[in-house]
Amino acid sequence: MAKFFAVTIIVIAILSAIPILRHTWAMPEDISTHGYLIDEQMSETMAEAGIAFLAAQFLLAIFVWKFSNPRPDAKIKNFPGGAKALVVAAFLVVGIEVLALGVFGVKAWASVYLTPPSANAMPIQVQAGQFAFYFRYPGPDGTFGPLHPELINESTQNFFGLDLDHDADSKDDIVTAEMAIPVNKEIHLLMHSKDLGHSFYVRELRVQQDFVPGLDVSLHFTATKIGRYEIVCTQLCGLGHYNMKAYLEVMSQQDFDDWLKKEAAMQ
Amino acid sequence: MHDLAAHAVHHGPPTSFIRKYVFSLDHKVIGKQYYALALVAALCGMVLSWMMRIHLAWNSAAIPGLQLLSKTGAPGGVMTPEYYLQLMTMHGTIMVFFVLTTAPFAAFGNFFLPIQVGAEDMPFPRFNMMSFWVTFAGFLVLMSSFTLSDGPTLGGWTQYAPLNAVGSIAGPGQGLGVVLWAASIALFCVGQLLGSLNFIPTTLDLRVKGMSLMRLPLSAWAWFITSCMGLTAFAVLMPACILVILDHVAGTSFFVPSGLVVSDQLVPHSGGSTLLWQHLFWFFGHPEVYIAIVPGIGIVSHVLITNMRKPMLSQRVLIYCMGALAVLSYMVYGHHMFVSGMNPISALAFSFPTLVITIPATITVLIWTFSLYGSKLRINSASLFALGFISMFVSGGVSGFFLAQPSVDIPLHATYFVVGHFHMVMGVAAMFGIFAATYFWAPKMFGRMMNETLGRAHFWLSFVGTYCIFMPFHYLGMAGNVRRYSSFVDDFLQPLIPVHRFITVAALLTGAAQLIFVYNLIHSRFWGEPAPDNPWEATSLEWSTATPPPWDNFGGKLPVVYHDPYQYGVQSSVGDYVMQASPEQVKTEHDEK
Repeated sequence: MAKFFAVTIIVIAILSAIPILRHTWAMPEDISTHGYLIDEQMSETMAEAGIAFLAAQFLLAIFVWKFSNPRPDAKIKNFPGGAKALVVAAFLVVGIEVLALGVFGVKAWASVYLTPPSANAMPIQVQAGQFAFYFRYPGPDGTFGPLHPELINESTQNFFGLDLDHDADSKDDIVTAEMAIPVNKEIHLLMHSKDLGHSFYVRELRVQQDFVPGLDVSLHFTATKIGRYEIVCTQLCGLGHYNMKAYLEVMSQQDFDDWLKKEAAMQ
Repeated sequence: MHDLAAHAVHHGPPTSFIRKYVFSLDHKVIGKQYYALALVAALCGMVLSWMMRIHLAWNSAAIPGLQLLSKTGAPGGVMTPEYYLQLMTMHGTIMVFFVLTTAPFAAFGNFFLPIQVGAEDMPFPRFNMMSFWVTFAGFLVLMSSFTLSDGPTLGGWTQYAPLNAVGSIAGPGQGLGVVLWAASIALFCVGQLLGSLNFIPTTLDLRVKGMSLMRLPLSAWAWFITSCMGLTAFAVLMPACILVILDHVAGTSFFVPSGLVVSDQLVPHSGGSTLLWQHLFWFFGHPEVYIAIVPGIGIVSHVLITNMRKPMLSQRVLIYCMGALAVLSYMVYGHHMFVSGMNPISALAFSFPTLVITIPATITVLIWTFSLYGSKLRINSASLFALGFISMFVSGGVSGFFLAQPSVDIPLHATYFVVGHFHMVMGVAAMFGIFAATYFWAPKMFGRMMNETLGRAHFWLSFVGTYCIFMPFHYLGMAGNVRRYSSFVDDFLQPLIPVHRFITVAALLTGAAQLIFVYNLIHSRFWGEPAPDNPWEATSLEWSTATPPPWDNFGGKLPVVYHDPYQYGVQSSVGDYVMQASPEQVKTEHDEK
């Protein structure tokens, strides 16, 4: 029974590792300027965690195999190094690992959150609400008009609560249900929620950020590959949460300019 | 210490059925009541998970009988999206609170802590009785939300604001359903606070003569440390739940900021903070992970030592590790909030202690594993589940490395990777601890041995089955599969649906295997082989008394403790061990250096 347990653990450990080694299920190709830092950090973590996982399971299996149901006259022994050696080893090995991951990980985090967007980053406002995202571009004046929550009305398609009659800055704002951005252009995303907690998640961009009702949250990134990607909500927001999505179109600058003109004409 | 213990019992033997079995003051009966509650709750939670899994794998499948639970939630047996979320919320709440907290801590702790310290009962038996009945009331309040016309709350066991505070305009179950959820959890917190208030003085003041703190078994240490955590963690969650109720019924705005428009209606609240709820919840929530798992660490150590026939390499180091886990658990809660919108600098501040907590966890695993070296390991149902616990603790623990780092958390947050991580380390490992404890202590609790063949069958199916369920969760998360979706409509999720089907089949089979355990438990309770006083040749005080123990635990004669808790591998008159309460002098070669 003990040997069967040992073999089972080893088989499970190996089978568990295979899909990871073969990348059977993995994140899609990164399309952001910062994503490689996250991917590198992920790979390093995977290597360290993977070795720890396999080593721990194998050791457990080996000791269970070797020391179960011994002869009645067998004498018990203690691991020669004793607890002290294990404590020292854990502090050294895991301590170094923790320091390394902690220190190097700061770089990836800082690239997203601790560095301000550049001055020429393109601002786009994204609003989350049950169960859709809407996007607003500031138009030719480069300024977003103010929001009036009391004017929000889905039936009249005033998704943001804009007062077009009184706010000059709002008149040229372009509101869309799809997010288009130019490739290789830094985007400064201004996030706000009209109702509840939501989140903005694009796997390919390695971006995930919650909307916080009552607060404006800022995020910046640069997409490096033209294509169509899914934006999904990852913060439970009600019965339609599973279906809260939008598309992100990464375009050439020319295509983006044409798209924006077309959308402006439709306002 | 001895005098206090001698005066611990403020009540005589029970004289009526009600006093003996219902409103009992006896810690052992209360422990069994907690165990029964956890068993019923676990079966409810498991059935809910079956329904959820079937729905996720085959979205339009009609689940026979489900329409009886809710005509509107499952017309014709086909689950609606909101009903999926409602069942998911109830599954999580039931499992985290009424199973993973009650069974390892309240059930086994109540039954065995006083006996292991040599006391006749807890110091406040009436508080202890209230502890169970308030917890039970909390369970009934929670389950009553199934009877609401719009069903229970759908906000998940974390109940994030402001979804939990704006009322029924946010969706089905978000009105009275949330109020009942918050009331239930507030009651639960009161119950666990009363329990902690008993556990701490039991450990500190009621130890019998000779029972120094370092002579306490590791299980007793684990319950003591857990009760200290419970005292502070539940004391934060309870008022937070009351604030949620006030937001619903008293017009307050603790968690609702101004200017929210839900369902085209301007919400009449202002001034609240949604992140406040997350801080309050996770200040409880992360220690709660350790409230669920630390008793398991103690229990597994206790069970393994008995079956290894040798003490751990260092009892003291294991105690320090459990203490370190408890202290650090309060400093790491922010890792649940890396992408929540809180200050990104604080993410780094929370990340470091989260990574550091792996050091005591690693030391614990190393001590367990290397203590097996040179042992005379006995394989039985209890030791198999204890070994399985170690394997699961490692598997679930290593994925914590990823989620401890803010940058790596960005793509993994709110995905099935997180679900796999916490199910393995907090759910399955803790359940394996509960099973190990049951197979080990059921003879003492019920006076009957459990069937070993059924126990082993239960282990093998559970061990392989849970790996089949929860390891693929990690893969799904690494592919970006978002959690808490009632169906997978996004393009990128379509290729992952076959994985979900595999998991569902594994979950149904593994769940069915738990019925072997239930049968074994009930059958053994009435028809099992009578258990001797010390079937495992163990050393701690619970094995010094009769099986099952008398109402005052030691038949009116308190033991005196002469030894450390785990004197195995010695030559004594009874075999390779000497009991704590035995005055026999033996020399051991394995005294801790």
